[in-house]
Amino acid sequence: MLSIKNLEASVEDKQILKGLNLEVNAGEIHAIMGPNGAGKSTLASVLAGKDGYEVEGGAAEMDGVDLLDMAPEERAREGLFLAFQYPVEIPGVNTTSFLKLAVNEMREHRGLEPLDASGFLKLMKERMATVEMKKDLLNRNLNEGFSGGEKKRNEIFQMSMLEPKLAILDETDSGLDIDALRIVANGVNSQKSADNAFVVITHYQRLLDYIIPDFVHVLYDGKIIKSGPKELALELEEHGYDAIIKEYEEQTA
Amino acid sequence: MALKDTLLAGYKDEQASVSAIRSSAKQKLESLELPTIKNEEWKYTSVKSFDSKKYTWSDSKLSSDQLNSVEIPNLDAYKIFLVNGQFNAELSELPTQNKVTVSSIADYLANGGDASVLNAQLKDDADAFSALSTALFKDGYYVQVEKSAVLDKPVVVYHINDASQPVVSIARNVISVAENAQATVIESYHAIGGEASLSNVATEILVGESANVSYYKLQNEVATASHVGTTEVNIKDKAVFTAYTFSFDGEIVRNNLNMALDGEHIEANMYGAYLLGGKTHVDNHTVADHLKPNCVSNELYKGVLDHNSRGVFNGKVFVRPDAQKTNAFQSNKNVLLTDTAKINAKPQLEIWADDVSCSHGCTVGQLDQNAIFFFRQRGISKENAQKLLLQAFVLEVVELVKIDAIKKYLTKIIDAKL
Repeated sequence: MLSIKNLEASVEDKQILKGLNLEVNAGEIHAIMGPNGAGKSTLASVLAGKDGYEVEGGAAEMDGVDLLDMAPEERAREGLFLAFQYPVEIPGVNTTSFLKLAVNEMREHRGLEPLDASGFLKLMKERMATVEMKKDLLNRNLNEGFSGGEKKRNEIFQMSMLEPKLAILDETDSGLDIDALRIVANGVNSQKSADNAFVVITHYQRLLDYIIPDFVHVLYDGKIIKSGPKELALELEEHGYDAIIKEYEEQTA
Repeated sequence: MALKDTLLAGYKDEQASVSAIRSSAKQKLESLELPTIKNEEWKYTSVKSFDSKKYTWSDSKLSSDQLNSVEIPNLDAYKIFLVNGQFNAELSELPTQNKVTVSSIADYLANGGDASVLNAQLKDDADAFSALSTALFKDGYYVQVEKSAVLDKPVVVYHINDASQPVVSIARNVISVAENAQATVIESYHAIGGEASLSNVATEILVGESANVSYYKLQNEVATASHVGTTEVNIKDKAVFTAYTFSFDGEIVRNNLNMALDGEHIEANMYGAYLLGGKTHVDNHTVADHLKPNCVSNELYKGVLDHNSRGVFNGKVFVRPDAQKTNAFQSNKNVLLTDTAKINAKPQLEIWADDVSCSHGCTVGQLDQNAIFFFRQRGISKENAQKLLLQAFVLEVVELVKIDAIKKYLTKIIDAKL
């Protein structure tokens, strides 16, 4: 599904990703953990195609298609979804009409007929239930005046509407209370299938009690320095990153 | 020959009823020239090109179909057509309601109307355009609503210039709404044809005690149409007045909107939006003059400037020594889409009272790149993302419009322009 090989990227001439490798297969959930400044959000931004990130080497493919060569909207239409760490507030743009536009752009790309008003409403109602999204939020402007938890839930709601192949969740859990966390996890788990995959970027192990990963990776200094089964997250929670970082630095010294 | 002299030379005065104020204005005109950019009020708007445009007085050759084509769809309103500054009785639809007078101002004056409704607020010596409008107006509209009467439908005034040859039109308008009365007037400006046109328009509005008046100015002209308009508003106690100004096209457009809050407990609003492209130049000069205590004024102007267009916003708020407990808010926000588009924004607050709450904000910027990226990440193209954001930006002002047909009309223009 996702194949990243030796990816190097910089922001404002500062190299952040220094040869990152990651293979994600369909049907898998991968967790990427790491200390602040390791490059977690940069990885998400580079994959999604945000301006200001310079790719200096390596490759990233999704189902054999070169991601790095596409405009952000093309990547999205190919099935890449990014749940933002800090969803933007957009005054004046109604959540529902925005989503209808987005859903129909995706459908057009996939050669499907656009959904009409009632078809869209039906889909929306169904997906709202999974993330316990309140209807009044959807009548409001996009994220405007939403609480932190509501914004994150809105991201997961959008994900469920757009049905991506590959979803990257960039610290969706940070700042969430336990109820919101459970709802977000429920959104992911209900969507998980043999045909899609999730990359969950997180700072804390707690989310992984609800979204059980197949693999856990430790990102440090722009590289994956350790990968393991879900138990690795528990180990990190207990001992912190220091031990693993030390081990890595001793190896590379 | 300079514009002023050409117009004076070619003008035929046929209105005896106003000859006194005309000759006084003509006298003032002798010592007034068109303002230059040396004048602080005209620093960013040069009207020098007016002198070389060969604007002339002429009669319209536009057909009824052409004139009707500018109408705002589905707007349930009385209509006045002013074509090349002259009243077209055939196309106009006037109310027959009691306590309401809506007519051409020439008819009003010719039938014994009180000439002192003119220059009740407008000062001829303010500048050459004001003096010109008094000295040389052909016609205009007159709306009067008597005490406690409610004009049952808006009045829409279509100012149309036949620009099949260079043309000038000068109109004087009066809206007089008495105590506790209500009225809505919409001015819609149009030029048909590819030659240069100039409208010089002055509108005087009297908003009586506890009255409610809405005033719209819609400018969706052609790129060769220039406009200099002054609207002088005097508002009395407890009245509510709202002005809406929407500008989409034109060559050089100058809108002076001056409100005197001449009473207590007044609510006065000025809302405006401009969406400019090409080389269009739009200058909004507004004044909220708080003369007495306990009033509120709100101002919101938003602009999107593309290509080589230029915007000017000058918002004066005066709070006079007597005007304690004034609440005055002003906001002007601009988005520049190119490096060559320009905006000169100047908020100007002068406050002589000490117990007031005044705020102003002015922004000039580009679209939020994070928001554009967000939309693109959701599969929406860059072009559509930009369009959505700009629509949202401008529609904040359109949302304040109370008439559905106008809202739809504006939304459609905005949609087509972005």
